[in-house]
Amino acid sequence: MLATIGVGSVQEIVERQIPEAVRLGRPLELPGGLSEQDVYAHLRALAERNTSAEDELSFLGAGMYDHYVPALIDMLTERSEFLTPYTPYQPEISQGGLQVMFEYQTAISELTALPVSNASVYEGSSAVAAAAYLAKLQNGGHRLIVSAGLHPHAIETLHTYAHGYGMDVVEVPLSEGLTDPQAWEQAIDADTSAAIFSQPNFYGAVEDAPALSAAVASAAGHSGQAGAGAASSGTREGGASARAPVARRPLVVAQVDPITLGILRPPGECGVDVAVGEGQSLGNRLDFGGPSFGFFAAREESLRRMPGRIAGETSDVDGRRGFVLTLQTREQHIRREKATSNICTAQALNALAGVVYLTWLGRRGIVELGELLLARTHYARERLAGLQGVEKLHDQPVIREFAVRLDADVAQVRRRCALQGVNPGVDLHALTGRPEDRGGLLVAITERRSRADIDRLAEVLEAAVAVSEKRPAGEAVSA
Amino acid sequence: MSALSEGRVHADPGIDSHPSVNGEQAAHANPPRPVRPGDHATTIFQKGAPGRRAFVCPPLDVPPLEPDELLPRRFRREQAPRLPEVSEPEIVRHYVGLSKRNFDLDSGFYPLGSCTMKHNPRMHERVAALPGHARLHPLQDPERAQGALELMWNLQEALAEISGLPHVSLQPSAGSHGELAGVLLSRAFHEDRGETRHRVLTPDTAHGTNPATVTMAGLEVVVLATDAAGGVDLDDLRAKADSDVACLMLTNPNTLGLFDPNIEEIAAIVHGVGATLYYDGANLNAVMGLSRPGDMGFDIVHFNLHKSFTQPHGGGGPGSGPIAVSERIAPYLPRPLVVRREDGAFDLDFERGSSIGRLRGFQGNYGCLVRAYAYICSLGADGLRDASEAAVLNANYLLARLKQEGVAEHLPLVYGELCMHEFVLSGGPMKRALGIKTLDLAKRLLDFGYHPPTVYFPLLVDEALMVEPTETESRETLDAFADAIAAILREAAADPEIARNAPYTTPVRRLNEVAAAKHPVIREDLG
Repeated sequence: MLATIGVGSVQEIVERQIPEAVRLGRPLELPGGLSEQDVYAHLRALAERNTSAEDELSFLGAGMYDHYVPALIDMLTERSEFLTPYTPYQPEISQGGLQVMFEYQTAISELTALPVSNASVYEGSSAVAAAAYLAKLQNGGHRLIVSAGLHPHAIETLHTYAHGYGMDVVEVPLSEGLTDPQAWEQAIDADTSAAIFSQPNFYGAVEDAPALSAAVASAAGHSGQAGAGAASSGTREGGASARAPVARRPLVVAQVDPITLGILRPPGECGVDVAVGEGQSLGNRLDFGGPSFGFFAAREESLRRMPGRIAGETSDVDGRRGFVLTLQTREQHIRREKATSNICTAQALNALAGVVYLTWLGRRGIVELGELLLARTHYARERLAGLQGVEKLHDQPVIREFAVRLDADVAQVRRRCALQGVNPGVDLHALTGRPEDRGGLLVAITERRSRADIDRLAEVLEAAVAVSEKRPAGEAVSA
Repeated sequence: MSALSEGRVHADPGIDSHPSVNGEQAAHANPPRPVRPGDHATTIFQKGAPGRRAFVCPPLDVPPLEPDELLPRRFRREQAPRLPEVSEPEIVRHYVGLSKRNFDLDSGFYPLGSCTMKHNPRMHERVAALPGHARLHPLQDPERAQGALELMWNLQEALAEISGLPHVSLQPSAGSHGELAGVLLSRAFHEDRGETRHRVLTPDTAHGTNPATVTMAGLEVVVLATDAAGGVDLDDLRAKADSDVACLMLTNPNTLGLFDPNIEEIAAIVHGVGATLYYDGANLNAVMGLSRPGDMGFDIVHFNLHKSFTQPHGGGGPGSGPIAVSERIAPYLPRPLVVRREDGAFDLDFERGSSIGRLRGFQGNYGCLVRAYAYICSLGADGLRDASEAAVLNANYLLARLKQEGVAEHLPLVYGELCMHEFVLSGGPMKRALGIKTLDLAKRLLDFGYHPPTVYFPLLVDEALMVEPTETESRETLDAFADAIAAILREAAADPEIARNAPYTTPVRRLNEVAAAKHPVIREDLG
């Protein structure tokens, strides 16, 4: 090979190109290589030092959930043909992946009752920031009104991005577990670009989404414009004036938990303009936080400002149906600094798991699963709220997660529960840092947690609360 | 449809046969294969029947209540989402069927420039799937996630050593996310000094993500010219580098596959005006263990774990885009960071007052980190250097073989003589002499069983063809690919129509992308 190239050594090729001053000139200070079985043993030993949902009775949630992942998802996502290709730049040899994207977009559109979906974004929190950027492109406003019921990671991510976009983030507090409707309406002004809430919210409560959307429309002085009701299926032309602001009204953005959408009124029927969220619940592993996928759905007027890949239907020269990446003039590799987003690689394989999961659940299954989660979560909340030293954090309807307040130190309680093999949920104050969340415990219920598991949680939690240090009087359980 | 298809497939008399093309899929197949059932691209939404299902719901084991008592009617969905109604065997057949309409790295050569399509070891899938990794909740208490945090710490240390930059955040989800982190870090660095700088320099050879990122970070792009040797034009840089410049974003080796010989001078100019230097790590596979961005003078680098470090690309993700930074940038890194406490325990550090904040939920794409870490453990220090050297060797060998085959006349290398891990040819002479465009060559390669190189990028090369073979390809594969290119050019000399109408053997032929964009249909119409 060297003779063909006409050099004496590989080093010569390198030395002729890299100036001596910036050559490393020594070995990297890293351990030597290992055999496959030794790497496996090392990674397995590390895995064993983690307490996973396999090792304890876990009620952790707050954005990622221990739902069951059917075996066929592993089988399909491990297939070379899905696992190892790059982004489908050559559609003739990528019809499988492109059709999966098209089916995924259809499933997300159905789930959210919004007509357009892209092929995935990174995950749930940055999806909210991406929606805010779309709002800025669409209406040019500078303020983002955010419910305190949004996931704290999403709020923090939004702050990070908004500083770059040149937008201000204004937080609206909760009242009785829900976004305070008056504060929400008052916060919206003529420079508001988007109003963002979570459904259900971070504390598990089902928000009155139609009322929040209507308040945005009314506050912005465009009553009747925001949220034109049920979405139509199919996609119409996004409009020739796609790059000019269509209307100077704030967009209603909802971060939605997709697993609830079998039973919960979908965002498209609640006046929501952009629905985003974390897709992990849909057939993806916990993986200590990723990779999963974010979904992004919107109304037709936003189509040409959407971030990320979109698969579209077309036909080949022989008239056969086929799929391509479409509307690429939005994207960075074509538009460069004028692109609607910088996103390139997203989460195609995770989105595949998502659409296969939704197909596996099916039209009836997603409703049945929703009803089961609803019933068990309700049972769990009543069961826990009946314990000595435990009360509900709010009284609003919940679907698969709820918050309680303990009269004892949450960290201590959680440690005691762990000794019994139970992880009772997320320490709210540790996650949000909000003073009002002291004593708060966020408990997630999936279909993997049976009534017996919930009863076991109640038993262990009650015992732990009883013997743990009481919180200072100032933080006592309020009436 | 069948008749139409047969009527329009072009016969292919130009070449005889090729070792990489098997009989059934032969490039010269004539008559063309019949239209198969899968050719109709029926979606899962068009299959099944009402009531069919795969999922069996666990039993309701809690006391039943009135539905309205659990969730008031006004919050309830009236009609179930129209998801498919299909059985498990139907799901399996459907998606396995779709998978067979994909070309993939495990099936053949994939020299897609700038994408580093190296082999994805299967052991990585096995270790990532261990329940201790795969079912670990991201909010598990750090003291009960010590294995994960140690893995992340070890990976941070390794990436710091590879890049020559001491502080690492594993949070960004992909390369462009790492770029956004980098530009926001640069902004925070200047703002902390009371400076508001508005401009970011990027060469005209930069990946499209660079300028797009700058806009998202609220700054303005200033494009730098490329000099005759393919590097940054130093005069242009000197003219544009001033106190309003926040950062220069550079890929080195750049997207022409060339290591910039003036990198020290570039760094001096940029640092001279108080700006930072950002390294786009998409091409890091060329220099692991050979040269380090930190030693070149860069302040910030992102890694594409789905390129240099074998995370499978998944047809468009997941990826992972960690960043490494110099001491002066470290205070602004995203939070939380994985740290090692004095007692040796690993933890997440949220107490970072100058941090730019979070870029996403939780701690990053941990599953991708597991695979990258396994890769680094497997190769070790020498192995990583060997990988880069072999990547450089393979690229130069393929370049030389193409010259030998007489391809250079039609597809010349525009810049440089040697290359690093990839090279860019111009299809301009081919277009003029043979009447086929780079796109036609790429489409014809599909019939030969190859994924084509990256086409029409970088933009400054006419009819660009960007080839990155990677280190995991054999000499035989490179020889066969060079033969295929030569064969296509010979074929085009005899009859350019063959390439112009290619491909012929793929599940579909050329698709109408203009129509797709003009009248977008982006979901199945369910009526």
